[in-house]
Amino acid sequence: MKENLYNYILGIADNSLILGQRMGELCGHGPSLETDIACTNISLDLLGQVRSYFQYAVKIAGDDRTEDDIAMLRKERDYKNVLLVEQPNLNFAYTIGRQFLFDVYHLAFLAELQKSKDLTLSAIANKCIKEVSYHERFSSDWVKRLGDGTSESKEKIQEAINDLWTYTDELFHQTKADKAMVLESVGVDVTKLKEDYYKRVKDLLEEATLKIPDSKWFQKGGKEGIHSEHLGYLLTDLQYMQRTYPNMEW
Amino acid sequence: MSKKNWPIWEIFVRSKNGLEHRHFGSLHAADAEMALENARDVYTRRNEGVSIWVIESKNITASNPDNNGELFEPAQDKVYRHPTFYDLPDEVKHM
Repeated sequence: MKENLYNYILGIADNSLILGQRMGELCGHGPSLETDIACTNISLDLLGQVRSYFQYAVKIAGDDRTEDDIAMLRKERDYKNVLLVEQPNLNFAYTIGRQFLFDVYHLAFLAELQKSKDLTLSAIANKCIKEVSYHERFSSDWVKRLGDGTSESKEKIQEAINDLWTYTDELFHQTKADKAMVLESVGVDVTKLKEDYYKRVKDLLEEATLKIPDSKWFQKGGKEGIHSEHLGYLLTDLQYMQRTYPNMEW
Repeated sequence: MSKKNWPIWEIFVRSKNGLEHRHFGSLHAADAEMALENARDVYTRRNEGVSIWVIESKNITASNPDNNGELFEPAQDKVYRHPTFYDLPDEVKHM
Protein backbone atom coordinates (compact mmCIF):
# COMPACT_ATOMS: atom_id res chain seq x y z
CA MET A 1 0.00 0.00 0.00
CA LYS A 2 1.13 3.53 -0.71
CA GLU A 3 1.20 4.57 2.92
CA ASN A 4 2.02 8.23 2.35
CA LEU A 5 -0.68 8.72 -0.26
CA TYR A 6 -3.22 6.97 1.96
CA ASN A 7 -2.36 9.14 4.94
CA TYR A 8 -2.32 12.21 2.77
CA ILE A 9 -5.86 11.56 1.53
CA LEU A 10 -7.09 10.98 5.09
CA GLY A 11 -5.45 14.21 6.19
CA ILE A 12 -7.50 16.15 3.64
CA ALA A 13 -10.73 14.20 4.13
CA ASP A 14 -10.74 14.28 7.93
CA ASN A 15 -10.97 18.08 7.92
CA SER A 16 -14.13 17.87 5.85
CA LEU A 17 -15.50 14.95 7.86
CA ILE A 18 -15.14 16.62 11.24
CA LEU A 19 -16.27 20.04 10.06
CA GLY A 20 -19.19 18.38 8.27
CA GLN A 21 -20.21 16.68 11.51
CA ARG A 22 -19.97 19.99 13.37
CA MET A 23 -22.15 21.77 10.84
CA GLY A 24 -24.55 18.83 10.85
CA GLU A 25 -25.05 19.34 14.58
CA LEU A 26 -26.95 22.50 13.68
CA CYS A 27 -29.62 20.55 11.80
CA GLY A 28 -32.82 21.73 13.47
CA HIS A 29 -30.87 24.07 15.77
CA GLY A 30 -29.79 26.89 13.47
CA PRO A 31 -30.67 30.45 14.47
CA SER A 32 -33.27 30.71 11.70
CA LEU A 33 -34.79 28.25 9.28
CA GLU A 34 -32.76 29.71 6.42
CA THR A 35 -29.37 29.65 8.16
CA ASP A 36 -30.18 26.20 9.52
CA ILE A 37 -30.61 24.90 5.98
CA ALA A 38 -27.50 26.74 4.81
CA CYS A 39 -25.35 25.17 7.54
CA THR A 40 -26.80 21.74 6.90
CA ASN A 41 -26.16 22.12 3.16
CA ILE A 42 -22.54 22.93 3.89
CA SER A 43 -22.40 19.84 6.06
CA LEU A 44 -23.80 17.69 3.26
CA ASP A 45 -21.37 19.18 0.74
CA LEU A 46 -18.46 18.36 3.04
CA LEU A 47 -19.63 14.81 3.75
CA GLY A 48 -20.06 14.26 0.00
CA GLN A 49 -16.46 15.34 -0.51
CA VAL A 50 -15.35 12.97 2.23
CA ARG A 51 -16.96 10.06 0.38
CA SER A 52 -14.96 10.81 -2.76
CA TYR A 53 -11.72 10.91 -0.77
CA PHE A 54 -12.45 7.79 1.28
CA GLN A 55 -13.54 5.78 -1.77
CA TYR A 56 -10.18 6.60 -3.26
CA ALA A 57 -8.40 5.78 0.01
CA VAL A 58 -10.11 2.37 0.08
CA LYS A 59 -8.72 1.65 -3.38
CA ILE A 60 -5.22 2.65 -2.30
CA ALA A 61 -5.49 0.49 0.81
CA GLY A 62 -6.49 -2.47 -1.35
CA ASP A 63 -7.73 -4.63 1.55
CA ASP A 64 -11.24 -5.29 2.85
CA ARG A 65 -11.74 -1.99 4.67
CA THR A 66 -14.66 0.15 3.49
CA GLU A 67 -15.23 3.90 3.42
CA ASP A 68 -17.53 3.47 6.42
CA ASP A 69 -14.77 1.76 8.38
CA ILE A 70 -12.47 4.68 7.72
CA ALA A 71 -15.09 7.24 8.68
CA MET A 72 -16.66 5.50 11.66
CA LEU A 73 -14.31 3.01 13.24
CA ARG A 74 -10.99 4.71 13.78
CA LYS A 75 -9.81 5.77 17.22
CA GLU A 76 -9.42 9.40 18.15
CA ARG A 77 -5.65 9.44 17.67
CA ASP A 78 -6.05 8.15 14.11
CA TYR A 79 -8.00 11.20 12.95
CA LYS A 80 -5.75 13.68 11.21
CA ASN A 81 -7.95 16.77 11.08
CA VAL A 82 -6.69 20.16 12.19
CA LEU A 83 -7.76 21.37 15.63
CA LEU A 84 -9.72 24.26 14.12
CA VAL A 85 -12.50 22.15 12.62
CA GLU A 86 -13.24 20.20 15.80
CA GLN A 87 -13.93 23.31 17.89
CA PRO A 88 -17.52 23.34 19.17
CA ASN A 89 -20.52 25.43 18.08
CA LEU A 90 -20.52 27.65 21.17
CA ASN A 91 -22.78 30.11 19.37
CA PHE A 92 -23.50 31.16 15.80
CA ALA A 93 -20.51 33.53 15.77
CA TYR A 94 -18.19 30.61 16.60
CA THR A 95 -19.77 28.51 13.89
CA ILE A 96 -19.29 31.27 11.34
CA GLY A 97 -15.80 32.21 12.56
CA ARG A 98 -14.61 28.61 12.40
CA GLN A 99 -16.17 28.12 8.97
CA PHE A 100 -14.63 31.32 7.63
CA LEU A 101 -11.13 30.61 8.95
CA PHE A 102 -11.30 27.15 7.40
CA ASP A 103 -13.01 28.10 4.11
CA VAL A 104 -10.36 30.63 3.13
CA TYR A 105 -7.75 27.93 3.59
CA HIS A 106 -9.87 25.22 1.97
CA LEU A 107 -10.49 27.25 -1.16
CA ALA A 108 -6.81 28.09 -1.65
CA PHE A 109 -5.88 24.47 -0.93
CA LEU A 110 -8.29 23.03 -3.50
CA ALA A 111 -7.16 25.50 -6.14
CA GLU A 112 -3.66 24.02 -5.75
CA LEU A 113 -4.84 20.43 -5.44
CA GLN A 114 -6.45 20.79 -8.86
CA LYS A 115 -2.92 20.88 -10.23
CA SER A 116 -1.98 17.59 -8.59
CA LYS A 117 -0.25 14.97 -10.69
CA ASP A 118 -2.63 12.46 -9.16
CA LEU A 119 -5.60 12.60 -11.52
CA THR A 120 -8.14 11.34 -8.99
CA LEU A 121 -7.20 13.97 -6.42
CA SER A 122 -7.18 16.67 -9.06
CA ALA A 123 -10.65 15.59 -10.25
CA ILE A 124 -12.02 15.57 -6.70
CA ALA A 125 -10.57 19.04 -6.10
CA ASN A 126 -12.11 20.24 -9.31
CA LYS A 127 -15.53 19.03 -8.19
CA CYS A 128 -15.25 20.32 -4.61
CA ILE A 129 -14.01 23.78 -5.39
CA LYS A 130 -17.38 25.03 -6.63
CA GLU A 131 -19.03 24.00 -3.39
CA VAL A 132 -16.26 25.48 -1.30
CA SER A 133 -16.36 28.79 -3.18
CA TYR A 134 -19.95 29.05 -2.05
CA HIS A 135 -19.05 28.12 1.54
CA GLU A 136 -16.43 30.84 1.56
CA ARG A 137 -18.88 33.38 0.23
CA PHE A 138 -21.46 32.39 2.82
CA SER A 139 -19.10 32.48 5.79
CA SER A 140 -17.28 35.66 4.81
CA ASP A 141 -20.60 37.43 4.19
CA TRP A 142 -21.69 36.45 7.66
CA VAL A 143 -18.42 37.60 9.25
CA LYS A 144 -19.08 40.99 7.67
CA ARG A 145 -22.70 41.04 8.76
CA LEU A 146 -21.86 40.14 12.34
CA GLY A 147 -18.80 42.38 12.54
CA ASP A 148 -20.55 45.35 11.02
CA GLY A 149 -23.89 44.55 12.66
CA THR A 150 -24.99 45.36 16.21
CA SER A 151 -22.60 45.91 19.11
CA GLU A 152 -23.61 42.50 20.45
CA SER A 153 -22.97 40.65 17.18
CA LYS A 154 -19.67 42.44 16.79
CA GLU A 155 -18.54 41.49 20.28
CA LYS A 156 -19.45 37.84 19.67
CA ILE A 157 -17.74 37.43 16.32
CA GLN A 158 -14.65 39.26 17.61
CA GLU A 159 -14.50 36.89 20.56
CA ALA A 160 -14.87 33.90 18.26
CA ILE A 161 -12.12 35.07 15.90
CA ASN A 162 -9.83 35.85 18.85
CA ASP A 163 -10.39 32.41 20.37
CA LEU A 164 -10.07 30.49 17.10
CA TRP A 165 -7.04 32.41 15.87
CA THR A 166 -4.69 30.15 17.78
CA TYR A 167 -5.73 27.22 15.57
CA THR A 168 -4.98 28.90 12.24
CA ASP A 169 -1.24 28.35 12.06
CA GLU A 170 -1.64 24.58 12.11
CA LEU A 171 -3.29 24.71 8.70
CA PHE A 172 0.17 25.36 7.26
CA HIS A 173 2.08 22.65 9.09
CA GLN A 174 3.35 19.71 7.08
CA THR A 175 3.15 16.10 8.11
CA LYS A 176 5.48 13.38 6.90
CA ALA A 177 2.88 12.38 4.31
CA ASP A 178 2.48 15.99 3.19
CA LYS A 179 6.18 16.37 2.55
CA ALA A 180 6.41 13.09 0.66
CA MET A 181 3.44 13.98 -1.52
CA VAL A 182 4.75 17.45 -2.28
CA LEU A 183 7.99 15.84 -3.50
CA GLU A 184 5.97 13.70 -5.92
CA SER A 185 3.94 16.72 -7.12
CA VAL A 186 0.84 14.99 -5.81
CA GLY A 187 0.33 17.08 -2.70
CA VAL A 188 -0.05 20.77 -2.04
CA ASP A 189 2.77 22.64 -0.34
CA VAL A 190 0.64 24.27 2.34
CA THR A 191 3.50 26.42 3.63
CA LYS A 192 3.17 28.43 0.42
CA LEU A 193 -0.49 29.20 1.10
CA LYS A 194 0.16 30.93 4.40
CA GLU A 195 0.93 34.44 3.28
CA ASP A 196 -2.07 34.78 0.99
CA TYR A 197 -4.27 33.20 3.62
CA TYR A 198 -3.48 35.75 6.30
CA LYS A 199 -3.76 38.55 3.81
CA ARG A 200 -7.22 37.48 2.68
CA VAL A 201 -8.38 36.88 6.26
CA LYS A 202 -7.04 40.21 7.50
CA ASP A 203 -8.56 42.13 4.59
CA LEU A 204 -11.93 40.63 5.31
CA LEU A 205 -11.71 41.21 9.05
CA GLU A 206 -10.91 44.85 8.36
CA GLU A 207 -13.85 45.11 6.02
CA ALA A 208 -15.97 43.63 8.79
CA THR A 209 -14.61 46.38 11.11
CA LEU A 210 -13.03 43.73 13.33
CA LYS A 211 -9.64 43.72 15.03
CA ILE A 212 -7.00 41.34 13.79
CA PRO A 213 -5.83 39.23 16.74
CA ASP A 214 -2.21 39.86 17.59
CA SER A 215 -1.59 36.66 19.50
CA LYS A 216 1.56 34.92 18.34
CA TRP A 217 1.03 31.68 20.19
CA PHE A 218 -0.49 28.89 18.17
CA GLN A 219 -1.92 25.47 18.97
CA LYS A 220 -0.91 22.44 16.99
CA GLY A 221 -1.22 18.68 17.04
CA GLY A 222 -4.40 17.72 15.22
CA LYS A 223 -2.61 16.66 12.06
CA GLU A 224 -0.53 14.25 14.16
CA GLY A 225 -3.58 12.91 15.99
CA ILE A 226 -3.15 14.96 19.18
CA HIS A 227 -6.57 16.52 19.54
CA SER A 228 -8.39 18.92 21.83
CA GLU A 229 -10.84 17.53 24.36
CA HIS A 230 -13.72 18.26 21.99
CA LEU A 231 -12.99 15.61 19.38
CA GLY A 232 -13.79 12.66 21.62
CA TYR A 233 -17.32 13.91 22.24
CA LEU A 234 -17.81 14.58 18.55
CA LEU A 235 -16.64 11.08 17.65
CA THR A 236 -18.98 9.58 20.22
CA ASP A 237 -21.88 11.09 18.30
CA LEU A 238 -20.43 10.29 14.90
CA GLN A 239 -19.56 6.70 15.68
CA TYR A 240 -22.36 5.72 18.02
CA MET A 241 -24.53 3.92 15.48
CA GLN A 242 -21.77 1.88 13.88
CA ARG A 243 -20.29 0.89 17.22
CA THR A 244 -23.60 -0.04 18.82
CA TYR A 245 -24.99 -1.83 15.78
CA PRO A 246 -21.92 -2.98 13.82
CA ASN A 247 -22.38 -3.10 10.04
CA MET A 248 -25.80 -1.56 10.31
CA GLU A 249 -27.11 -0.15 7.05
CA TRP A 250 -30.17 1.85 6.12
CA MET B 1 -32.42 37.58 21.76
CA SER B 2 -35.17 39.67 20.29
CA LYS B 3 -37.82 37.82 18.36
CA LYS B 4 -37.99 40.48 15.69
CA ASN B 5 -37.93 38.64 12.40
CA TRP B 6 -36.18 39.60 9.20
CA PRO B 7 -38.52 40.80 6.46
CA ILE B 8 -40.14 38.26 4.16
CA TRP B 9 -39.03 37.89 0.55
CA GLU B 10 -40.79 36.21 -2.34
CA ILE B 11 -38.62 33.93 -4.40
CA PHE B 12 -38.94 33.37 -8.14
CA VAL B 13 -36.86 30.75 -9.91
CA ARG B 14 -36.33 30.14 -13.60
CA SER B 15 -36.06 26.38 -13.92
CA LYS B 16 -34.65 26.28 -17.44
CA ASN B 17 -33.53 28.82 -19.98
CA GLY B 18 -36.56 29.75 -22.05
CA LEU B 19 -39.05 29.24 -19.23
CA GLU B 20 -40.43 32.08 -17.15
CA HIS B 21 -39.50 32.72 -13.52
CA ARG B 22 -42.06 31.03 -11.32
CA HIS B 23 -42.96 31.71 -7.75
CA PHE B 24 -41.29 29.08 -5.56
CA GLY B 25 -42.12 30.33 -2.10
CA SER B 26 -41.00 32.85 0.48
CA LEU B 27 -38.33 33.16 3.15
CA HIS B 28 -36.80 35.54 5.67
CA ALA B 29 -33.69 37.58 4.99
CA ALA B 30 -32.14 40.81 6.21
CA ASP B 31 -31.56 42.20 2.73
CA ALA B 32 -31.70 41.29 -0.96
CA GLU B 33 -28.25 39.76 -1.06
CA MET B 34 -29.03 37.47 1.84
CA ALA B 35 -32.39 36.65 0.27
CA LEU B 36 -30.57 35.42 -2.84
CA GLU B 37 -28.21 33.27 -0.79
CA ASN B 38 -31.01 31.87 1.32
CA ALA B 39 -33.03 31.15 -1.80
CA ARG B 40 -30.09 29.26 -3.22
CA ASP B 41 -29.98 27.11 -0.09
CA VAL B 42 -33.68 26.67 0.47
CA TYR B 43 -34.99 26.27 -3.08
CA THR B 44 -32.26 25.41 -5.58
CA ARG B 45 -30.04 22.86 -3.88
CA ARG B 46 -31.39 20.05 -6.02
CA ASN B 47 -30.48 21.68 -9.29
CA GLU B 48 -33.85 23.33 -9.76
CA GLY B 49 -32.88 26.55 -11.41
CA VAL B 50 -30.71 28.71 -13.61
CA SER B 51 -31.78 32.10 -12.29
CA ILE B 52 -33.31 33.53 -9.13
CA TRP B 53 -35.32 36.70 -8.55
CA VAL B 54 -36.11 37.97 -5.07
CA ILE B 55 -38.53 40.70 -4.14
CA GLU B 56 -39.45 41.91 -0.71
CA SER B 57 -43.04 40.84 -0.06
CA LYS B 58 -44.12 44.30 1.08
CA ASN B 59 -43.48 45.57 -2.44
CA ILE B 60 -46.15 43.34 -3.89
CA THR B 61 -49.60 44.83 -4.26
CA ALA B 62 -52.20 42.10 -4.01
CA SER B 63 -55.84 42.13 -4.92
CA ASN B 64 -58.30 42.10 -2.06
CA PRO B 65 -60.30 38.83 -1.82
CA ASP B 66 -63.34 40.93 -0.87
CA ASN B 67 -63.26 42.37 -4.38
CA ASN B 68 -63.25 38.98 -6.07
CA GLY B 69 -66.83 39.51 -7.14
CA GLU B 70 -66.22 42.54 -9.26
CA LEU B 71 -62.80 41.42 -10.42
CA PHE B 72 -63.47 37.90 -11.56
CA GLU B 73 -67.12 36.95 -11.63
CA PRO B 74 -68.18 38.99 -14.66
CA ALA B 75 -66.07 36.64 -16.78
CA GLN B 76 -67.99 33.56 -15.72
CA ASP B 77 -71.02 34.00 -17.98
CA LYS B 78 -68.98 35.02 -20.98
CA VAL B 79 -68.06 31.57 -22.22
CA TYR B 80 -67.31 32.95 -25.66
CA ARG B 81 -64.12 34.39 -24.18
CA HIS B 82 -62.79 30.87 -23.79
CA PRO B 83 -61.53 28.99 -26.82
CA THR B 84 -63.81 26.04 -26.04
CA PHE B 85 -65.68 25.94 -29.35
CA TYR B 86 -62.85 24.59 -31.45
CA ASP B 87 -62.13 20.94 -32.15
CA LEU B 88 -58.56 20.44 -31.11
CA PRO B 89 -56.45 17.77 -32.78
CA ASP B 90 -55.11 15.21 -30.28
CA GLU B 91 -51.57 16.23 -31.13
CA VAL B 92 -52.07 19.64 -29.59
CA LYS B 93 -51.37 19.38 -25.92
CA HIS B 94 -51.30 21.95 -23.14
CA MET B 95 -54.26 24.02 -24.30
